Amino acid sequence: MAELTYRAAVSMGLAQELAHDPNVVFLGEDVAGAGGVFKTTGGLLKEFGPKRVRDAPISEQAILGAAMGAAMTGLRPIAEIMFSDFLAVCWDMVANEIAKTRYMTDGQTSLPLVIRTANGAGSRFGAQHSQSVENWAMMIPGLKVVAPSTAIDTIGLLAAAVRDPDPVIFFEHKSCYPMKFDVPTGGGDIVDELGTAKIVRQGSDVTIVALAFMVHKALGAAERLAEHGIDAEVIDVRSLVPLDTKTILDSVAKTSRMFTVEENPRLCGWGAEVVSIVAEDAFWDLDAPVVRITTPHVPLPAADSLEDATIPSVDRVFDTIMKAVQQ
Amino acid sequence: MPSYEDYGNHTPVFPQPVDRENAKLPIPEEVRLKLFRVQQEIRQFEKRAYDMFLQGLVKGTSHLSLGQEAIAAGFGVAMRKDDWTFATYRGHAHTLARGVPMTPVMAEFLGRENGLMGGKGGSMHLTSVEHGVMGSYAIIGAHLCVANGAAWTSQFNDTGQVAVAFFGDGTTNIGAFHEAVNFAAVWNLPTVFVCENNLYMEYTSIADVSPVPNPGADRAAAYGLPSIIVDGNDADAVYMVAAEALDKARTGGGPSIIEAQTYRHHGHSRADPGKYRPKEEVEAWNERDPLPMYHRRLLEIGFGEDRLTAVVQETASSVDEATEGAKNGALPNLESIYTDVWDDGGSQWRN
Repeated sequence: MAELTYRAAVSMGLAQELAHDPNVVFLGEDVAGAGGVFKTTGGLLKEFGPKRVRDAPISEQAILGAAMGAAMTGLRPIAEIMFSDFLAVCWDMVANEIAKTRYMTDGQTSLPLVIRTANGAGSRFGAQHSQSVENWAMMIPGLKVVAPSTAIDTIGLLAAAVRDPDPVIFFEHKSCYPMKFDVPTGGGDIVDELGTAKIVRQGSDVTIVALAFMVHKALGAAERLAEHGIDAEVIDVRSLVPLDTKTILDSVAKTSRMFTVEENPRLCGWGAEVVSIVAEDAFWDLDAPVVRITTPHVPLPAADSLEDATIPSVDRVFDTIMKAVQQ
Repeated sequence: MPSYEDYGNHTPVFPQPVDRENAKLPIPEEVRLKLFRVQQEIRQFEKRAYDMFLQGLVKGTSHLSLGQEAIAAGFGVAMRKDDWTFATYRGHAHTLARGVPMTPVMAEFLGRENGLMGGKGGSMHLTSVEHGVMGSYAIIGAHLCVANGAAWTSQFNDTGQVAVAFFGDGTTNIGAFHEAVNFAAVWNLPTVFVCENNLYMEYTSIADVSPVPNPGADRAAAYGLPSIIVDGNDADAVYMVAAEALDKARTGGGPSIIEAQTYRHHGHSRADPGKYRPKEEVEAWNERDPLPMYHRRLLEIGFGEDRLTAVVQETASSVDEATEGAKNGALPNLESIYTDVWDDGGSQWRN
């Protein structure tokens, strides 16, 4: 076991894939010479050279277009979009080109590419550098969507994304970057599987479904709930598309209560889809209404006190669940 | 600001006279015959497609290249078999010019199972990867960026392949154009950007929405590239410029941007009669139709009329055959709605 930050896991994951396949290439703004604005890509230029690790101008459409065209012609590109908020400036590439081309061409081409991006709040950067936009990507047919919460998942899911033949948007959470995790050492490449959720805390009374940094909020709340005699099961969704509904439905069948913890704003957050699936497939398993704990439907404020009060906190998750189970 | 009465009125832009010296360009005879044939194929195919529209057989929309054939032909003939084409919704011409058979293209217009993309793409998304036609993109600009990606693969693998992106004058005002040309220049990619300036962005004169007279060529300097303008209605001129740019890209010389000046015979799309164009301008450009001009040139060079007539007739038969093949195509299997979202052939998003 070695202690590893989530940030270091990103560069380890990238290095593992660059080493694994000579057709893997990596491009983005400030990723090569500077090692990434979040220091997630340091050392890659030195290890793999400027042919495979390339700096790009501030041109998000050009970056994703280059990744797409390269993927269509035999490379396996990884493109970094510095902040997930910036996906909006290249959304045509994501939603209209990358997502649809395989379908529109009747399967003539595949698009094995990964878009890595830093998502989420916690840095007090304000509404244009802190959003959680995983739900934007989730609603587009043709995109796979992944958001790891730990170092080992970051390495393993990044590997799964790079080795997958379809386009994957890989949301790293900015607040996870400094977090430290135990990661096993030795034993070859770490490769996980897309479309698999993980039960990160076993429990029997309520199911809490969370994603990315919210998994840690959910785990914090679960510890406090345990002090009050409530045994919470926490599911880390990890992959929104494909979605491991089985793990969620099995848990709901066991606990009969479900809560989602989502950093995205309320309307059409990923949890809304999960709730709709549970309502259709597991309605008779439920003892009470499901409850979504989300960021309210507002742009994110910048001040630390405001930001903390806006995104779901351990206190809010705990309070909401306590109130619900006591009714 | 123009008054309401004057709004949209503009000075007609007349074509340059044919450069008769181009007859002396050192182009092999078989290449010239190919240029003649490809222009005929595009012209006759698109005229048939238009007729079938009027008959209600072709659904959706259609963007014809009638009048602009010399550009697709000049590049298509000059390109290497393993080069890549990236086109816009006005991409029938560029697709045919790479040797894609007519029947699946026509069948795609009719929404048939034997269509080039099984009816899932439609006229604006013609793609034939096996012919190097890497797609027709219906939201202008994006495909210039995508072409760079293919060019990157060529550079990475050192294969000498070139990515050619075709687009209209209107595209030069979208951000992706500027991102793509800058990116290609900075990365020294083998991408050739071909601006087909037909003087109108959709329904509006390009002069009304661009601060420079040559929307493609005048932007080149901003990216350290030479300004290149070619008579887009002269297949020989286009072929020579294409060959030079392709060779430069192939040998590590980086990208080019070429402005080919031309005119479309029809409006922007099926819905547009093109009434916003001055009558005398339309007449003058009709006089500069690339096909009769090229026919005259080949006769002048010494091709026999019978040889050219044979090409015209063979093409007519191919178009008839494609029409029948498309009409006889089955409707797509409804199961295909659920295929090929993913590489595994399916569309499943949950377990």
